[in-house]
Parts: sequence; C-alpha cells; structure tokens
Amino acid sequence: MEALISLAVKAIFVENLALSFFLGMCTFIAVSKKISTAIGLGISVMIVQSITVPANNIILSYLLKPGALAWAGFPDVDLTFLGLISYIGVIAALVQILEMILDKYFPPLYNALGIFLPLITVNCAILGGSLFMVERDYNFSEATTYGIASGFGWALAIATMAGVREKLKYSDIPDGLQGLGITFITAGLMAMAFMCFSGVKL
Amino acid sequence: MSQTRKQLLVDPLVDNNPITLQVLGICSALAVTSSLNVAFVMSLAVIAVTGFSSLFISFLRNYIPNSIRIIVQMVIIASLVILVDQIIKAYAYEISKTLSVFVGLIITNCIVMGRAEAFAMKNTPFNSFVDGVGNGLGYSLLLMCVGVVRELFGSGTLFGITILDSVNNGGWYVPNGLLLLPPSAFFIIGFLIWGVRSWKKSQVEAREYKIQSLEIH
Repeated sequence: MEALISLAVKAIFVENLALSFFLGMCTFIAVSKKISTAIGLGISVMIVQSITVPANNIILSYLLKPGALAWAGFPDVDLTFLGLISYIGVIAALVQILEMILDKYFPPLYNALGIFLPLITVNCAILGGSLFMVERDYNFSEATTYGIASGFGWALAIATMAGVREKLKYSDIPDGLQGLGITFITAGLMAMAFMCFSGVKL
Repeated sequence: MSQTRKQLLVDPLVDNNPITLQVLGICSALAVTSSLNVAFVMSLAVIAVTGFSSLFISFLRNYIPNSIRIIVQMVIIASLVILVDQIIKAYAYEISKTLSVFVGLIITNCIVMGRAEAFAMKNTPFNSFVDGVGNGLGYSLLLMCVGVVRELFGSGTLFGITILDSVNNGGWYVPNGLLLLPPSAFFIIGFLIWGVRSWKKSQVEAREYKIQSLEIH
C-alpha cells in the first residue's frame, strides 16, 4: 500500500506527464484558454487514462509478453513488437466505447465531455502512460494506480495553466510573444515549480 | 523539381513551420533535445515516418472509405513506427534506450496525422511524400536548434565532442545544469517562437484584449 501511495505521489507531482515529460502538449497548449474547458478535458483524460493503462497492462501480460501465450499452448511466442499497434488500438476502441456508454446512460456528462473524447485518442499523454507502464514493468495494481495518478497530474497541470492564461490575456505582452510564445514560457515556469517536488520521498 | 514541389519542401521550414506556427508535435520536440545525437536520430525517424505515411496514405486515398479513414491512417502510421522502432533498436540500441517511449509516441505526433489528413488525402503520392518530408524537416530544424543550445550550454559538447571545456574536466566553462532539465526546453522554444515572429511579422497572433494605454497614443 505504501509503495502504491508513493508511486501515485511521484506520478502526480515529480513525474508529471505534462510538465516533465511534455506529453499531451498539443492539447495542453490548445485547450488551456478557459478554466472550465480545461477542467472538462482534464477529467476526461483522467477517466480514459485510468481505464486504458490497466487494460493495456492486461493485454501485455496475457497476450504480448514473451511466454504470455502459455495459457493458449504457445509458450515460446513473443509478440512484444506488436505492442504499439495494440495499445493504440485498445485506446481508440475504449474511447469509442466510453463515448457510446456516456451517450446512452449519462447524457449530461456526455454533453459536457463529449467534444473532448475524440481528441483524447491522439493525446500523447494517454499512449505515453501505457508505454511508461510497459517500460517500467508495472504489475496490475501498480498500473491502475499509475493510470489514475498520472491522469490526475495531467488534469492538475492543465487546470492551473488555464488559470494562469485567463489572467495573462489582460497583460501587455510583446507582439512576437503573444499567444504561443508566452504560453511556452509560462509552462516552463510551471515546470520549474513542479520540479521543487522532486525532493519529496514517502 | 518543379516550382510547386520546391515550395512544398521549403515552405514548412520557416514560413509554415509545424511547431512554431501550427503548434503540432511539440511533445516529443521538447523531450529528446537534451543531446544532439538523440535529437538527430529522432529527427530522422520523424522524417521517415511523415514522408512514408503520407506516401502510402496518398496511394490509398481513393480506396479509403471516409468514415473509417482515421483508423486506416492510424494503422499505416503505427506499422511504420513499429518498423522504425525495430530498426533503431537493432542499429542504435544505446540511443533507443534514451529515446525510451518517444519513438512510440511518433504515432500520436500530430504532425504525422495532420499531414495525412490535411494533405495526403487530397494530393498525388509524390507531392504528398515531398510535403511529408518537408514537414519532417521543419520539425527537425527546430529540434536541432533547441538541441544545439541545450547541449552546447548545458554540457559544453556538440554531438558528444567537447566544444567548451567544462570545469569538471579542468577547463573554464561552468555548465548550466538547468539547460539539461525539462523546463529549459519550454523557455528555448518560447524564445525561438519570439524570434521567428519578430522576423516574420505576419505570424504574430492578434491580441484578445486591447490595453487601453496602447490606444491613447
């Protein structure tokens, strides 16, 4: 349990997907103009992330890993090279299913989050989360924790960023820095602030 | 090479750079630039993937049903990325370790998807290939610029060859450790965008709000 909490804290603050691995930057920059939309997108990323990372973990350990197909009678098969294509497939399919479930059973939630869901399929934070899970060899419970925590970290980053940008649009910025330029510099300052957490150990 | 093809190749370098103007594919641009070797391999990988994915998608453009085009594009891109990933693992294993997940993330790199969707679906294969390579080069140019700054001032080397003798090796240069850390990449790209936009005034974004004192005089 302790290990899981420390993993979660690490994923939220120290190894924040957006600010220290630059994942999901395109959406991070493009959709952070208003706090309300940013929070909507953040929540969607968190939901999708906490479903896809464990799902891909299951795929990895029962289908792809060397020896994973032993239950089907193929102990020597190693399908890890198919990893990338299966993860992106799983993500695309799960996002589609989630969209349909929300549409059918939770219409208000669908109306709030619906527009963000297609964006999420090509959000690097989601695929990146799964790839980090593979690279670091997480087991199922670790993968679940990591999925939820890293999604939360991303949501936190985009919500704070939107807060800063809402204030920023009233300020006198040099012409060339307007928009994209100043956003990058703000993100840099936020990344520095998040780095202060790197000493935290539980 | 005809005029238009040259245009396709050169245009994305500065005038229509995918990173500074279209805000596409920044994720990996920032993460792999702390050393030039890695940035160079990453650039080659992205050029190859954008070029060939545009080529193949353009070959198939008349056979892809509109409703499932995203999935088809995704499959083509993912297969190419797997190929590139395996090649890098085979011939440059050390670098593939540093690149870690970022080769895989070329799949979700918006440049590749963006070019496939915006250009390759409507144009002939050869033009699409040139356009893909051009955009890959635009991305690489920015990657190399950031890489040069970060490696030269962060560790005093270029491509691993010592340029500025650092204090640790008995030289005079005190390396700026911040440049090897993630935040510096944000600053450098921010300043690069500032530079490009001061040069090409047409790329400046309009203000959302006018500041009153600006209107008085």
